[in-house]
Amino acid sequence: MTFTYEIEGGNFSRAGTASSDIKKALKQLDLDYTIIKRVVVSLYEAEVNIVAHARRGTLTADIDPDRIVMVLDDQGPGIPDIDAAMTAGFSTASSRVREMGFGAGMGLPNIKKNADSLNIQSTVGVGTRLEIVVNF
Amino acid sequence: MKIPLLMQLLEARLVCGDAENHRIIEHAFASDLMSDVLTLDACSPLLITGLSNVQTIRTAEMADIHTVLLARGKKATPEMIALAHQNDMVMLETPYSIFKTSGILYQHGVKPVY
Repeated sequence: MTFTYEIEGGNFSRAGTASSDIKKALKQLDLDYTIIKRVVVSLYEAEVNIVAHARRGTLTADIDPDRIVMVLDDQGPGIPDIDAAMTAGFSTASSRVREMGFGAGMGLPNIKKNADSLNIQSTVGVGTRLEIVVNF
Repeated sequence: MKIPLLMQLLEARLVCGDAENHRIIEHAFASDLMSDVLTLDACSPLLITGLSNVQTIRTAEMADIHTVLLARGKKATPEMIALAHQNDMVMLETPYSIFKTSGILYQHGVKPVY
């Protein structure tokens, strides 16, 4: 089962709609509650990151019998220092993002905590690609 | 704690949901930072917050939180109410500060998440 969504940068009204759809799909699969929560929390953090930092992005989620692979590709500023971005508390978020309750530098570390695997590739001035895997 | 008692103790107003038949509140977590809410491992605490925007409700949905209490006199927007309703949440508003709200609930047996 594959799901694909377009994500619009800066549109906080819509942020999380893709994660919400995928959560509903996972609930149909009779998966353990903690697995579903790990998937949706990591996916939502990544979706909010695109809305907060990028111009636009694409989210693709492939659900297999034994795992979910989520790929989030964005067109945005990129991450100059991925190690720094993975440090809890490091943030380049705008004041608008902080007003929405995010931007405290906890997103990527929280994705890592919830995922079985997280791969980040980024090119400054081009964009960022996250691949998040959660095993069932 | 049942929702009607919580409403009485906090002079809270029900914004959406079924107060009479809602689950009993055993734990609560207070934060204006949604990133903090997303780090919780505990199951379904009451979220006490002064952050009133649609991402408050979206975050609650992702974190499996079914009860949201807006403190400091903050008001829910129609967009928030619609999303909370869609997710079968109970949403309330209290004029009390987060500190006072948390103190009263703690005094009446509601436990912290950590």
